Amino acid sequence: MAKASVSSSAHDRLILTKNNRRWDEVRGRALVTTCAVIMIAATIAITIFLAQKGLQSFFVNNIHPIAYLTSTNWNPTGENASYGIFPFIFGSLAVTFLSALVAAPLGIGAAIFMSEISPKFGKKVLQPVIELLVGIPSVVYGFIGLVVLVPLVRDHLPGNGFSLFAGVVVLTVMILPTVTTIATDAMRSLPNSLRQGSLALGATRWQTIRKVLIPAALPSLLTAIVLGMARAFGEALAVQMVIGNTRDIPGSIFDTSATLTTIVTLNIGHTTDGSIENNTLWSMGLILLIISFIFILVVRYLSGRRKV
Amino acid sequence: MQAAPTKETIFQVNDLNLWYDDFHALKDVNLEAKNNEIYAIIGPSGCGKSTFIKTLNLMINMEPGVRMTGEINYKEKNLLDSRVDLVDLRRNVGMIFQKGNPFPQSIYDNIVYGPKIHGIKKKSELDEIVETTLKDVALWDEVKDRLKTSAMGLSGGQQQRLCIARALATTPDVVLMDEPTSALDPISTLKIEELMTELKKKYCIVIVTHNMQQASRISDKTAFFLHGHVVEATETSKLFSNPEDKRTEDYISGRFG
Repeated sequence: MAKASVSSSAHDRLILTKNNRRWDEVRGRALVTTCAVIMIAATIAITIFLAQKGLQSFFVNNIHPIAYLTSTNWNPTGENASYGIFPFIFGSLAVTFLSALVAAPLGIGAAIFMSEISPKFGKKVLQPVIELLVGIPSVVYGFIGLVVLVPLVRDHLPGNGFSLFAGVVVLTVMILPTVTTIATDAMRSLPNSLRQGSLALGATRWQTIRKVLIPAALPSLLTAIVLGMARAFGEALAVQMVIGNTRDIPGSIFDTSATLTTIVTLNIGHTTDGSIENNTLWSMGLILLIISFIFILVVRYLSGRRKV
Repeated sequence: MQAAPTKETIFQVNDLNLWYDDFHALKDVNLEAKNNEIYAIIGPSGCGKSTFIKTLNLMINMEPGVRMTGEINYKEKNLLDSRVDLVDLRRNVGMIFQKGNPFPQSIYDNIVYGPKIHGIKKKSELDEIVETTLKDVALWDEVKDRLKTSAMGLSGGQQQRLCIARALATTPDVVLMDEPTSALDPISTLKIEELMTELKKKYCIVIVTHNMQQASRISDKTAFFLHGHVVEATETSKLFSNPEDKRTEDYISGRFG
């Protein structure tokens, strides 16, 4: 430390050595790097674990992967056990896309209302309501679906109430806040100069929204929809309570059905670790992970195309 | 009684007062802008010059809490009096903003945006509008081979000229410019200024600028705004060489602002 006195040369003061190094800087950096490493390690560990477990049905139990994915016969406990999960993939994709189909226009419409038509009301009333909706646990949605929606469907529509339709309705309500929130952020982040530019050319507000703002926000709006779909795809509990959980491909949206997640949650508890059925459930988990990765890739691709 | 507006008067503003809630932003503004003239509005920040130019196409209505009294006559029609059709007004009164604000679409689509919403559908007609307006703003040679590429890829000066072309595409009588060169480099600024001198052959131009050299270079008339008042409004040459008001003299000689 003697060298760090006033008389020390410029070289001694400017060149970092053990003595004058900014140690708080080093510590801070180490701290946040550790956090990042733990995050990455957790993700990689889960992926490896799931892959290792999920691939066993193909490599240990010799189930043919193509047959597993495409067969419609799911009968894991019968005498001629058969493991075809196509109905569940179908069910998962069906509830996901159908709920996104309903939630997308509703959510984007609400977002436009909040950002363009009535920002004050949107901020004061609509936004808190939507945030509240996000916070409701999925079991509550499922329970309300079971007690209110299923009987309603049974009384007024074909089928016994438990149905793909009920699952879609519950999921739509669940993903609507996600879509709306992200879409609202997307609309609000558009520069005001776009609105001014369009209005100054004599466009009406509606023309401005339709021809300038929505196209400009399109990548972000699609991101909102995809994130909503990812949530719908991964939801298990609420869907399980209303969808009926049968193993056939539904003939209509009022038929009972099942999704990958509902089958996993229903069965993982009563199968023994290492059994074929248990392994096939892990494989479903792996498929869920892969499809989630695809969703994320789509989101990343879309945000790369953002224009403004 | 004001003098009856002559035929070539585009804007006749009489005793215009404007408040943002309680703030009195424009006080008894009187102005007359004529066709084939460049009217410059100068003044220090916060003097109301940007507010004023936004009243001329009623873009000011986008701001919350605005209240106005007086008259803004556009071609003998008072914009404050009756229910004015904003669509028609803004088709005839184009506006250019501080920073080029092209839509994130192709160059072509930017220009045909106005004509399309005002009902022109024929492809050949739209093609012609694109070519003429781009030639008017001297951008045609630079972009004619990439009309279908995104306008966001243009430089700042090119974007601003594209926005001028976009405004011209709706065949306005007036072009309002709110500090159109404040975000541009000197060369792009020069191009825009040359362009304005060209444009005044066909249009009435009102420009807000904080650049006094610019005002003296290009404009025919200049109004000096201070604290919401028009201190002096007259021929540009007179205002800069022989100002009547002491405050004008102080401002143009750089003693404040």
